[in-house]
Amino acid sequence: MRPARSPTPPACPIPASCSGRRGGLDEADPQGLPPLPDYTQLDDATLRCRICEAGIVGLGGAVFPAAIKLNVKPDVPIRQLIINGAECEPWITCDDMLMRTRADEILAGASLMLQVLASHAPDGKLTCLIGIEDNKPEAIASMQTALMALTLREGRSPPHTLRVVPIPTRYPAGGEKQLIRQLTGQEVPSGGRPADIGMICHNVATARAIYRAVALGEPLMSRYVTVTGDGVTAPANFEVPFGMPVGELVRHAGGMLEPDCTLNMGGSMMGMALHSEQVPVVKATNCIRVLRPLPEQAPDITLPCIRCGRCAEACPMSLLPQQLFWHAHARELEQAEALHLFDCIECGCCTHVCPSHIPLVSYYRFAKADIRSKRTARTLADQARTRHEFREQRLERARRERAEKLARHKAAVKQSPPTERNIPDDSGTAGVAATPPPAADDPRNAAIQAALERAQARKAALTQQEPRESGS
Amino acid sequence: MTQTTPPRTLPDVATLMRQVLYALLPGTALLLYLYGFGLLSNLILACLCAWGLEALMLHLRQRPLPPFLSDYSVIVTGWLLAVSLPACSPWWLILISMVFAVVIGKHLYGGLGQNPFNPAMLGYAAVLISFPLEMTRWPDPARTGFDAAGLDALLAGVFGIGSLHWDSLSGATPLDQVRMALHGGKSLVDSGMPLFSWPRTLGWNLLNLAWLGGGLWLLWQRVISWHIPVALLGSLTLFSGLFWLLDPGHYASPLFHLLQGATMLGTFFIATDPVTASTTPLGKILYAGGIGAFVYIIRTWGGYPDAMAFAVLIMNMAVPLLDHYTQPRVYGHRHRWLP
Repeated sequence: MRPARSPTPPACPIPASCSGRRGGLDEADPQGLPPLPDYTQLDDATLRCRICEAGIVGLGGAVFPAAIKLNVKPDVPIRQLIINGAECEPWITCDDMLMRTRADEILAGASLMLQVLASHAPDGKLTCLIGIEDNKPEAIASMQTALMALTLREGRSPPHTLRVVPIPTRYPAGGEKQLIRQLTGQEVPSGGRPADIGMICHNVATARAIYRAVALGEPLMSRYVTVTGDGVTAPANFEVPFGMPVGELVRHAGGMLEPDCTLNMGGSMMGMALHSEQVPVVKATNCIRVLRPLPEQAPDITLPCIRCGRCAEACPMSLLPQQLFWHAHARELEQAEALHLFDCIECGCCTHVCPSHIPLVSYYRFAKADIRSKRTARTLADQARTRHEFREQRLERARRERAEKLARHKAAVKQSPPTERNIPDDSGTAGVAATPPPAADDPRNAAIQAALERAQARKAALTQQEPRESGS
Repeated sequence: MTQTTPPRTLPDVATLMRQVLYALLPGTALLLYLYGFGLLSNLILACLCAWGLEALMLHLRQRPLPPFLSDYSVIVTGWLLAVSLPACSPWWLILISMVFAVVIGKHLYGGLGQNPFNPAMLGYAAVLISFPLEMTRWPDPARTGFDAAGLDALLAGVFGIGSLHWDSLSGATPLDQVRMALHGGKSLVDSGMPLFSWPRTLGWNLLNLAWLGGGLWLLWQRVISWHIPVALLGSLTLFSGLFWLLDPGHYASPLFHLLQGATMLGTFFIATDPVTASTTPLGKILYAGGIGAFVYIIRTWGGYPDAMAFAVLIMNMAVPLLDHYTQPRVYGHRHRWLP
């Protein structure tokens, strides 16, 4: 097995299931995860444990471990489960395809998550909202059909309410915060999590992976990936095992139309350019775009900001992108933070609409990284200072104690009779010589004597027992 | 691994500025019909001055010429000044106002996007204060045009060749008449103001309607947002309507204020200048509302017949404050003033 380069920085090697020559780990261990067909009877801890063992992470792109997200603190009430069926970005259709073909598995996964979260619901009942963009009528129909079948199976009194909700297709509808506002009208507090307002949000692909891990004992080893772009022969969605090099995946889609096409991972708004065909598909890979080289044209010239405010109109977080830009540009990081720089979700809407072609999001990313590194440096400096101050204190205390000890000795020497001071002392400690010999009737001596006798008695008892124990 | 930039399919700065120029065409065409050579010379001189001064300043500031000279922003400034200055303006008047607009108003502050004051209005206000005589000599539309008389007026007015009897050509604008009547204590009817006489009053009305048409097209094209035009016209209507209802004999009607002077030109083309206007939605409304109020105050009680330039410049000064205090509520945050 050849280690592959990770597409996300820092680029570290990942041993992967299909990269280079096989080395032995070609299939999941059949004894590793036994299927749990009677999963409806299992408690939430067992289910979370299985989800964790199967390596399931959020497949919407954030790859946050799903088991941790489902492990809500005991005193936090959860009322709603949001299933994200809105695509992350334009160009991507993998969730759409998944909903069209695997709707029953998605719903089973959602039911499993409801089962895990049921103990957090104040009245034991949860609502599950499945948000799907309204430009995916087939996915909506497929999910609704599967939901109807599920309702028929569950009968009159379903434990939880599930609903499919079409939402307007307007990027970034698939963002967690935007989807929650669209579906419930509530906003996730700044710096908080959806659990703070009683919600948990998971992607449709995560739901399906949870079902397969629990019911079929299948660890997360593959995912749906969209291969698209104007440079690929047959754009399609594939279920791809992790570790497959991107170049091979593109060959499965008919290959590139032109030899010098560029490869992109992710959608058009937040995607990344890949510099090698050997980059493997990872859990966060939702889309591979193959793009034809742009025709030769004048380089994109950035003009100064003309304060037109289009960025502010476009911002889904209602930030003021141009003010953020000025402060980030001038490296006035405190002001940028005061304008809620860290609420920026880096969706790229502001950059898309900017008539001056300013790469706004890049400025925000840079400013965020700058602030984070400064914070780290400050923490380290604080720790070093605390350590230094403690050491200084310790040295000072030692010095003081030594001085006090010396003073005590001097005082003792001064108090003792002058004749004894003149006698040469072998031990060199005048204090010991000056102390009177211990009196026989001292209660401390009596206690020491008693303890010694007790210890001897115990020792004697042990030596008597030992041969018997070793013999048995 | 490099982050790619999102695609750019939306208009760039040059396209936006070109759209503003297209929107200026109906009004400019009407002005050309009314003033002929007099306005043509204004336009040519102003645009040439603007372009030349921009190139000079870019050269002095050691900035690349091509991207900035082709962004059309300075042409918009020149065009706006050309249609604001009286037709047949002398060449030196245009040059001085363009120096104020482009050199002082724009480049000394740091060029495109950095100027706190509207360059065109700065140039206009500078020459209005310095050369009041030349600035109030609007030639009579009936005596100019694309004919021999117009050519004579052009040569005399712009280049000082030949003699021109300004008294016979120029006339007070309707706004002037209203103000003089008000200051003289006469009522509007007594001042003998011809309310619908062609081309004096009706010409101004038509001109404002032409600017309005261009402005509505800009709104439809989403080059400008609704906030500034609605707030400006709303505030002007509110103030003029209030006083007109109190004393219709003394104060002109809202319709008169909306369709006279530089109201529509200022509303759709000057107050909406993105660089110098407020950027937040509430800030835009307050900014434009303030302009409307100042326009009415200066027109009615001030020392100048029209007020758009001063009103815009005054509210330009308030923009940083407005922007600071009208920041919209960010997702997931509480409102600034609400618990």
